[in-house]
Amino acid sequence: MESATTSMPTELRKTALNAVHRRLGAKMVNFGGWDMPVEYPSTGGLVAEHKAVRNGVGVFDVSHMGDIRIRTGRRDGGALAAVQHLSMNDAAKLAIGQAHYSAMLYPNGTFVDDVVVHRLGEDDFLLVINAGTREKDIQWVRGHTRGFDCVVEELSDSYTQLAIQGPRAIDLLQKLTDANLAAIKNYWFTHGTVCGLPRTLIARTGYTGEDGFEIYVPSDAATSAKVWDAVMEAGRAFGILPCGLGARNTLRLEAKMALYGHEISDTVNVWEAGLDRYAKMEKPEFIGREALAAAKAAGITRTLVGLEMVERGIARDGYCCCSHDGVPIGAITSGSPSPTLGKNIALAYVPPAMSAIGTNIDVEIRGQRCKAQVVPTPFYKRARKAAALVT
Amino acid sequence: MAYPPQYRYTKEHEWVDVKGDTATIGITDYAQHELGDVVFAELPKAGSSVTAGKSFGTVESVKAVSEIFAPATGEVLEANPELQSTPEKINTDPHGSAWLIKIKLSNPAELAGLMDAAAYEAYIAEKNKEASA
Repeated sequence: MESATTSMPTELRKTALNAVHRRLGAKMVNFGGWDMPVEYPSTGGLVAEHKAVRNGVGVFDVSHMGDIRIRTGRRDGGALAAVQHLSMNDAAKLAIGQAHYSAMLYPNGTFVDDVVVHRLGEDDFLLVINAGTREKDIQWVRGHTRGFDCVVEELSDSYTQLAIQGPRAIDLLQKLTDANLAAIKNYWFTHGTVCGLPRTLIARTGYTGEDGFEIYVPSDAATSAKVWDAVMEAGRAFGILPCGLGARNTLRLEAKMALYGHEISDTVNVWEAGLDRYAKMEKPEFIGREALAAAKAAGITRTLVGLEMVERGIARDGYCCCSHDGVPIGAITSGSPSPTLGKNIALAYVPPAMSAIGTNIDVEIRGQRCKAQVVPTPFYKRARKAAALVT
Repeated sequence: MAYPPQYRYTKEHEWVDVKGDTATIGITDYAQHELGDVVFAELPKAGSSVTAGKSFGTVESVKAVSEIFAPATGEVLEANPELQSTPEKINTDPHGSAWLIKIKLSNPAELAGLMDAAAYEAYIAEKNKEASA
């Protein structure tokens, strides 16, 4: 047997919770240069973790994610102008306490990275970025904000970031904070005391397609472990499991959330990735806007679709997609068994003519063509609770 | 999980149990643990041949595909029919009912280079030590 996941060299970066993961018997992997838990076999492993998040609650250490704060320079407005230049979504539309999904683009309209932009103050923003692109992103942000009256700070190493995800996440976290969590809408955030830590950023965000929160606490090992343990203890009544990157990947795939290096990269543009609604072309300027306008006029030659395997076999990243007569037409970007649906699902780039729901597409799996079909996405969408009429 | 003393083991984490000129082949407990939740096993048909050191099939977990290498050369007598519908047995009984294939050995001398249980346990102890370093 030879595993696709590689064992690690010694110079990997570690989060403040590394010792906690090892104490829990996590299986560790090299993820973008970080020594991260992929699953915790002793508490059930990937599939159990996935189901805990869909049905109860799970907690992820996502401290490898990066954080860049862009705040006012000498005069108000400089930070907003800088963010508007860097990010394709419209940060002017954010209220203080609100966040949105966006991306930083290259001038040719492909992706530097996808980001979540939080508006901390009138002219104060926090960008949460990917781990594997951290150094590139910070250089990009510094390089493209020089002409703006703003201060750029990299805070990645200052925070331990925990994602508490699942329908019971709110019940769990409410035990640990004085903030009124029910009042925080999806993609909004607040500051509150969490585990005795004042002014903790609490955001109703995540990467699982489930309700949940992400909290940002000081990154020293003692504080990080104390908060982790408190979350595990408070979650016990809800069947909490510690969750690794394996479940994070299957959860985000079911929800069709993009992963940098897979669905989005420096070779894919916004229209191809189907992220149109986050690209605000009505903004007069942002990096990549001109190329996107030209690309829209020219039309796309490939588009991201969801596939469900009809025949036995699991489509994996990089596998070739072909038409029924064997002509290569595209490639898989992510694929996995779906623990929620009990089916094998994948995302793939194919020509628009092959993207209609129900289209038959073959996936070449180790030399054999296996039938798949284009299906609606997201593969999984959580049932939103109807607003209570009487409280 | 104990490593049966009568089996022989490869560095790629397959085991082989030889009775006469028939060898039963599977993956070790260490291997299934590394893979995680097994969801699919792709195995050769009876009558096909496998070659020592060459891949003869794959076992897939939710997160990864792993190739399985033949510990010895021979003709496939049978692939475990139960794994078609219940591949997850590889996680629960890797050294027993979740064997992968049985082959008729064409060169039993090839097995001389494999590890016994004690040597294999020492080998994986070393691997576990590396992983927790």
